[in-house]
Amino acid sequence: MTAFDVLVEVRLRPGIADPEGLTIERALPALGFSGITGVSVGKAFRLSIEAGSADEAARRAEELASRLLANPVIEDSTVTVGVP
Amino acid sequence: MTTVGVIVFPGTNCEHDVVEVIEAAGAKAELIWHTRTEVDDCDAVIIPGGFAHGDYLRPGAIARFSPVMTAVGEFAAAGGPVLGICNGFQVLTEAGLLPGALQKNRGLTFLCTAVALRVASTRSVLTRGATRGQVLRIPINHFEGNYTCSSTTLDELRDGDRVVLRYEQNPNGSVDDIAGICNEAGNVVGLMPHPERASHALLGSTDGLVLLEGFLSGATEAR
Repeated sequence: MTAFDVLVEVRLRPGIADPEGLTIERALPALGFSGITGVSVGKAFRLSIEAGSADEAARRAEELASRLLANPVIEDSTVTVGVP
Repeated sequence: MTTVGVIVFPGTNCEHDVVEVIEAAGAKAELIWHTRTEVDDCDAVIIPGGFAHGDYLRPGAIARFSPVMTAVGEFAAAGGPVLGICNGFQVLTEAGLLPGALQKNRGLTFLCTAVALRVASTRSVLTRGATRGQVLRIPINHFEGNYTCSSTTLDELRDGDRVVLRYEQNPNGSVDDIAGICNEAGNVVGLMPHPERASHALLGSTDGLVLLEGFLSGATEAR
């Protein structure tokens, strides 16, 4: 068994309104940032998962993401194994 | 006597307001801590407002895994009346007892105000005592009350007469002005407004009583 560092990113599904992202995007010009669009806000979770392989760690992280970390009605998740 | 179980998670904060209304209506209220594993002695269950488990992760996301929620799910499946108010509505959607999800309000504004609601359906255990089209003035108090669901779910809710309350003037961006919905059988209802805060003339409105008293009489009949 090895401890794998895993990153789970959760973001709103396409088509779901993202008032946080929109508010940040609207604030950018006032701060002098121009040409930045498509701002969206999500969550990132860093985990250490004991598993026999990277695939197994990914599978367990995906199960965790779909059962708890993301609400599949409004959110998607992606899992990356082996982040530093 | 009709007994209503009022579920209390760490962070729930509207339970005593709900108990007050239940007792004033002549029923018995019982506070049920979230670690309890059965609700067998209850004729109805209310999940009140607040911040269950601090609303960490998402409102209702952790509460859904509290032991009592398995019992509430079984109680609901057996036809028992279940009402989720505000945070309780969020818990019911996370638990899969009601469809959809509650997103952050449009405009990222925390809303604490009285709103006008129109009764859209009287087939739910909450609205059975009201009249379709009746307008009720009831407070809202939330940051994540923007009801969202897939277009398929929305069609199912509309076709099944499952939208029970709509905002007269949409305050939070909810799809189709939805303030409250019920499950297919009508025995599980969730709404963002707080009827218990519109239950006495001193509170500025008694419009919540037609909902809560209807719910209690439904619980009595279901015994």
